[in-house]
Amino acid sequence: MAMEDPDRKTEVVLLACGSFNPITNMHLRLFELAKDYFHETGKYKVIKGIISPVGDAYKKKGLISANHRVTMAKLATKNSDWVEVDDWESCQSEWLETLKVLRYHHQKLLSADVTNSLQDAVPITKLGRKRKQEQNRHEPIKKKNQSPVVKSVPQVKLLCGSDMLESFGVPNLWKLEDITEIVEKHGLVCISRAGNNVQKFIYESDILWRHKNNIHLVEEWITNDISSTKIRRALRRGQSIRYLVPDVVRTYIEKNRLYSAESEDRNAGLVLAPLQKHASEPRSSQALNN
Amino acid sequence: MRSRIPVILLACGSFNPTTNMHMRLFELARDHLHQTGRYQVIEGIMSPVSDSYGKKGLVSARHRVAMARLALETSDWIRVDPWESQQDTWTETVKVLRHHYNEALRTFQSKEFTRNKHPTESSTGDSLSCQQPVIPELKLLCGADFLQTFKTPNLWKEEDIKEIVGKFGLVCISRAGSDPSQLIQESDLLSKFQHNIFLVREWIQNEVSATQIRSALCRGLSVKYLIPDSVIAYIAQHNVYTAESERRNQGHLLQPLRLKTQQ
Repeated sequence: MAMEDPDRKTEVVLLACGSFNPITNMHLRLFELAKDYFHETGKYKVIKGIISPVGDAYKKKGLISANHRVTMAKLATKNSDWVEVDDWESCQSEWLETLKVLRYHHQKLLSADVTNSLQDAVPITKLGRKRKQEQNRHEPIKKKNQSPVVKSVPQVKLLCGSDMLESFGVPNLWKLEDITEIVEKHGLVCISRAGNNVQKFIYESDILWRHKNNIHLVEEWITNDISSTKIRRALRRGQSIRYLVPDVVRTYIEKNRLYSAESEDRNAGLVLAPLQKHASEPRSSQALNN
Repeated sequence: MRSRIPVILLACGSFNPTTNMHMRLFELARDHLHQTGRYQVIEGIMSPVSDSYGKKGLVSARHRVAMARLALETSDWIRVDPWESQQDTWTETVKVLRHHYNEALRTFQSKEFTRNKHPTESSTGDSLSCQQPVIPELKLLCGADFLQTFKTPNLWKEEDIKEIVGKFGLVCISRAGSDPSQLIQESDLLSKFQHNIFLVREWIQNEVSATQIRSALCRGLSVKYLIPDSVIAYIAQHNVYTAESERRNQGHLLQPLRLKTQQ
């Protein structure tokens, strides 16, 4: 066909992992920017965005309870018709590698795909059979419905800011094989600021360089630096955070008095779960650059 | 306890459209003034410029006021005032300041009047109200780029700048990396009144310019979380920003520049 078939676009699910302590407008912007980027390529269709807050076992300093962080993320995405919150990761009693969260969501989509086609099959068995027959008969009228004969499973891509990509270089934080699988099997979408060193960082790593076609760099056209750390700092100092986080999130924070000097001291002095885990492992391949 | 000086913050601009950053300027200014311990911000006023300003891509004031109103729906202290936008000709910023100052004075005096009429009522109130009421101050709120425009030839009248910084005062929000204090030092006039210029550092970079918003909208890109959802819905419903609207006033000289060159 000469005309581009919209059905043949690769479907993409964007997954963002992080503390979301609390979720800010910047997190939500990452999704919007990534979606615009994929749609502009003309080759991808973003069907869903998933926010997956990390579990409490991550032991990051100042990390408040997952229960609150999930609630805030849910409130923040209430007005989004494509981004949702998944609490599976945050419900795990132990900290989970990001790769495992990616695998989980990939699996979930696989099984959902099966269930969907089963569900579809029940009420429209006839149509399904008809479609097959039509295929054999080369009926031209229904041709449009034929194309997704074997519907491919959507790809789950990890959505991140440039800071996360650069954290690949932090010793013991990531396992080399995990990074490899992430960029090889799934893919990365990295939102970066103009003038950032992300390109250089990829160039300097053999693994990232090898899979650079699966690393999508999206340039941010409006500088947005609303980090959760800065939000918490402003809250501790009694400064306004209005218009930096969704209003519903601000109200929730105020109502539950979530962030204080004490909450910031939580997990102080503890070792981050990934560091503890990887350091205790006999020999984990650590360095990104060999 | 010394009573704090009540302050009203006025922001003039195109608000084409109102972005989250515009509202952040107000929040940052209020936090800063409160932290001095000397001021109490009692009100914020957003004053969209009138259509006769002649700026490229400026959509009708009716839309700009409506969008600002929607954006400020959730604020309990900032409001839009359409007075400037309703004037037939472009109004110098200093005149907008004078107008709002007179309005504030009138409100203050009428409050005073009722207070004197019912003295017992107010004396039963909190301790602050027992004190001699202080006349509010009106200050012009602006971004760092605004100070820069004082240097643009023909844009400002010297006596206007003098009145703005001398009589009213400026609250200027600056971004990390830019240094407006140098700009003040370089100007004799501004440095003379620097006690009346409040520089507020913005630590959380959040530069959402209205120009960027308009170009994103024309390209069909998402502006969600950069401007309020209610404003996005309004823009879509009324098809406010198009390639055509962006060409409006193209090639025109800004009204202040035109007036100046005519003189």
